[in-house]
Amino acid sequence: MAWFLRKTKNIAESQQREMPDGLWTKCPQCSAVLYRKELEEHAYTCSSCSQHFRIGSTKYASLLFDAGTWQETDRHIRSADPLDFVDTRPYKARLKEAYAKSDLPDAVTTGTGSIEGIPVSFGCMNFGFVGGSMGSVVGEKFVRAGRRALEQRMPFIFISASGGARMQEAALSLMQMAKTSAFLSELAEAGLPYISILTDPTTGGVSASYAMLGDVIIAEPKALIGFAGPRVIEQTIRKKLPEGFQRSEFLLEHGFVDMVVHRSDLKATLARVLRHLGGSVHA
Amino acid sequence: MASNVTLEFERPIIDLESKIREMRALVDQLDIEPQISELERQVDDLRADIYRNLTRWQRVQIARHPDRPYTLDYLTQSFDDFVELHGDRAFRDDPAIVAGLARIGGRSVVVVGHQKGRDTKTNLHRNFGMPNPEGYRKAYRMFQLAEKFSLPVVCLLDTPGAFPGLEAEERGQAEAIAKNLLEMSRLRVPIIVVIIGEGASGGALGIGVGDRILMLENAWYSVIAPESCSSILWRSWEYKEQAAEALKLTATDLIQHGVIDRIIPEPVGGAHRDPNTMFDTLRSVICEELDELSNIRVDKLVTRRREKFYAMGVWNE
Repeated sequence: MAWFLRKTKNIAESQQREMPDGLWTKCPQCSAVLYRKELEEHAYTCSSCSQHFRIGSTKYASLLFDAGTWQETDRHIRSADPLDFVDTRPYKARLKEAYAKSDLPDAVTTGTGSIEGIPVSFGCMNFGFVGGSMGSVVGEKFVRAGRRALEQRMPFIFISASGGARMQEAALSLMQMAKTSAFLSELAEAGLPYISILTDPTTGGVSASYAMLGDVIIAEPKALIGFAGPRVIEQTIRKKLPEGFQRSEFLLEHGFVDMVVHRSDLKATLARVLRHLGGSVHA
Repeated sequence: MASNVTLEFERPIIDLESKIREMRALVDQLDIEPQISELERQVDDLRADIYRNLTRWQRVQIARHPDRPYTLDYLTQSFDDFVELHGDRAFRDDPAIVAGLARIGGRSVVVVGHQKGRDTKTNLHRNFGMPNPEGYRKAYRMFQLAEKFSLPVVCLLDTPGAFPGLEAEERGQAEAIAKNLLEMSRLRVPIIVVIIGEGASGGALGIGVGDRILMLENAWYSVIAPESCSSILWRSWEYKEQAAEALKLTATDLIQHGVIDRIIPEPVGGAHRDPNTMFDTLRSVICEELDELSNIRVDKLVTRRREKFYAMGVWNE
């Protein structure tokens, strides 16, 4: 069939991938050409328009933790394929490709480190791994990292970046919402701080569970945050969504996040909050 | 309640049944009683055969059958003395979730359930059973009420999903669901969850954390509806049957993966074919489950509930 007769439209690639590792990068927002070193100095944000590039757990760990304190945990936990899921391609093949394409352990990396001398248990999602989708591995590593916080009386910090639950694990990925939230109810009883950081994007099952349950919720500027994706909403209401809808600033205005913080200030902000909340943790 | 909707795979049964009815009308004039009995035997066999071998997509269709009993039907038939309570005390009352106090097997319980409509008018009122945040917040209020008065909670799940609307996002759909997940994980009273029809995604789970997760034989429960799954993974709405197969969304699938604890049998042909039997079954199952849960000390109950969800998931290490 000729391309101009094609009836079904492919879903447009509107999602920006994680940062490429070139020497020069063009800002997708303002088209400024940025030198890598300059990008690093600005915590992977655009120095002219402050666009926050998508970065993964490795870069976040290097931005947040005091030198030499970061230690990754549970890297050996890998996704299985309990349902033998096949859509246009088998889930196993998708996983294999995702592991080959990146050096990531799954859609989440966990570990421990110190932020201005305060030891924390930490997790960070990797949008570059199957869209940061939450499957059994994300749920299990979330709980293990949280459990580490609980046992060692540390604050728990978690950075979300996810399109939602991983469809290929179906009901099991849905249950990760319950699993992680159940754990947070236990952590809350222990009186330990849980800080949730929302980055672009935080939607679906992740937003409707641990992402929205922080004692303090911090969002990066202009991140897409919501339960339903904008496309689904537009299809439902048959209207274009207003500019800035479901962005961090919109959520701040509507009372669903505590603050919108520039990535360059993230570490200092976390440290300030933790010093207030963590009094009993490390007096 | 009958809408005369016939699902495609039910057609041979319906045809035979109408033939039997026609013959019955002639039974006074002709001696055809033996033939009628034979046909009745055939229709029973056929029904048993068809319903034993349903595909997953066919079950999804039964779960959505417009004559299928909804939450309010169970509330009036399986429960007694239902007192409906309204509102989230913050914004408004969401008719897509009904809630209140009811009695079952001699004890009072708090019931929360999704509610669909039966026709266009009631469906618009109920928003097709798709809650807004205030629905989840009404449920939250009910959980607190239950804990305060030491009443067990029964949740009936039946939704095509939480409403993906502009205002729903504005008022914090994600936060409303998340908060319920946490609250239900720590609530110090027994919680029984029953998936009675459609259990779609976070919209269902938002009132679906509990000590015992029960599921009607023809209900479905998954992270996404088969049509939406098809549109995302196959980039077309045409693959819903394959999507339903891939998602393994039936009760028999889910009990194998530890997502649910018990399957509640439906009358042959589905709950809508014999609602009264269904109402009786649900009543006796809930009473039985409540009796067992009420023997467990509350600390142990909450620990057990959390551990049940901690165990969910499959991974390699």
